[in-house]
Amino acid sequence: MSLRIVVTVKYVPDATGDRHFADDLTVDRDDVDGLLSELDEYAVEQALQISENSDDDVEITVLTVGPEDAKDALRKALSMGADKAIHVEDDDLHGTDAIGTSLVLAKAVEKAGYDLVISGMASTDGTMGVVPALLAERLGVPQVTLLSEVSVEDGTVKGRRDGDAASEQLEASLPAVVSVTDQSGEARYPSFKGIMAAKKKPVQSWDLSDLDIDEDEVGLDNAWTAVDAAAERPARTAGTIVKDEGEGGKQLAAFLAERKFV
Amino acid sequence: MAEVLVYVDHVDGAVRKPTLELLTLARRIGEPVAVALGNGAADTAATLAEHGAVKVLTHEAAEYADYLVVPKVDALQAAHEAVSPAAVLVPSSAEGKEIAARLALRIGSGIITDAVDLEAGDEGPVATQSVFAASYTTKSRVSKGTPVITVKPNSAAVEAAPAAGSVEALSVTFSAAATGTKVTGRTPRQSTGRPELTEAAIVVSGGRGVNGAENFAIIEALADSLGAAVGASRAAVDAGWYPHTNQVGQTGKSVSPQLYIASGISGAIQHRAGMQTSKTIVAVNKDAEAPIFDLVDYGVVGDLFDVVPQLTEEIKTRKG
Repeated sequence: MSLRIVVTVKYVPDATGDRHFADDLTVDRDDVDGLLSELDEYAVEQALQISENSDDDVEITVLTVGPEDAKDALRKALSMGADKAIHVEDDDLHGTDAIGTSLVLAKAVEKAGYDLVISGMASTDGTMGVVPALLAERLGVPQVTLLSEVSVEDGTVKGRRDGDAASEQLEASLPAVVSVTDQSGEARYPSFKGIMAAKKKPVQSWDLSDLDIDEDEVGLDNAWTAVDAAAERPARTAGTIVKDEGEGGKQLAAFLAERKFV
Repeated sequence: MAEVLVYVDHVDGAVRKPTLELLTLARRIGEPVAVALGNGAADTAATLAEHGAVKVLTHEAAEYADYLVVPKVDALQAAHEAVSPAAVLVPSSAEGKEIAARLALRIGSGIITDAVDLEAGDEGPVATQSVFAASYTTKSRVSKGTPVITVKPNSAAVEAAPAAGSVEALSVTFSAAATGTKVTGRTPRQSTGRPELTEAAIVVSGGRGVNGAENFAIIEALADSLGAAVGASRAAVDAGWYPHTNQVGQTGKSVSPQLYIASGISGAIQHRAGMQTSKTIVAVNKDAEAPIFDLVDYGVVGDLFDVVPQLTEEIKTRKG
């Protein structure tokens, strides 16, 4: 038996940087360093663990849709231990929304061949968290999402989804789309050996024509949503800061009383 | 007047507060038609009518509890076909966003998630979102199909607006995909008796400075003196001191209460993303340089083990 896992990853602007919008109200990617979205590291980690715990022959492909620099995200995933990578890159993709991204991912996943798709719970820039569900809808396969625990055995994926009201045990037959949360287990750091090995691993590049996608199906002008305005949130006005000299708690209570919270 | 579909989040017929907030927003755009699914669906009608639902479409079937997400998408799609609404509003829970996204794709519509405000516009509803860890505010709209919009808790006031709320059975045919992901077990969360984190008017959070699971008792005591929910930073959750369901931040809950009290939390971007739209922010931290102090209306530089218990006592005294 073999198991083909495709891990979808996103190259995002560093959340600790000064993120802002470009003139066309898309995310500015030039002024802030990019990196593999932290939440996607958990997806790569779970793919590696499934591989390590499996008797099957497991092949892990990391897939990203993004500009030239997005290769950095693929390299990171490869250095963690993924086997190969696919980079979908096309100038016409600029400004594509979640619905369009799910189309590109679905076509690429199908072309690559898969038994299991693993995604992170959300990107750290758009933070919508809907692409795994959209991908499952497009592929017509079960959605087993937001798992804090995942395992694969005998063509079945099982996992635990911790919701607000209850913790649920889920189960579905492969092929399936899984997403994992940041509770699924700490992602490993690439080893020096891993980093060296990653340089020799294959990275395929596909454009829209490779995926039979028309340019009018993707991109900013064809997005099904439009951002009309973006404004920086005004800085909060400086508050009162006191040093506790033994009465700090009482002073704070007085402030809360003044604001009618007590 | 155009109808607006509102997806009802309820537990065995008890409507959760974010749904009532959606009804307030829906009335800005048109006449709210609620869709309630699963066990107890019809029991939601009275509450929904009180808050403006002109109609409540209901459907009960075991599939809603036994399988993940897709049966609910099938039902909402059926409601969309039956009503041809001007917009579809769904609470921004993890599940709500997944339902909304799949529905949007099926009906050929754009989707906006995590709106914090909604108003009528010339080209359809205009959604306000708070992005990049709440450092930016955007105005967006759906440009294709019926706008599908998910809205965060605490985005609008719950308002009484009595309407007919007539119950109608929704006819639903489940798709082949509906039974794809089976729910084989469910363990309900134990109630703490405290308000729901995302819905609470006051949130009291503890972080790395709390320094141990056992010390969260002083955070809980402060929360209880104010009738508040308890939150925790990622550092505290990762250390195993408090459950992940209480995590405030980018990978946990995002909250926007009237009052947020951060204790022993430095205020890393991960945490700020989940709380910086709170109306009033106060913090207690030993480190005067902690970034959380850039956000506060009132801050105390001091040891939380001194300040927080004193604060709790003083609140109790003042409340008598």
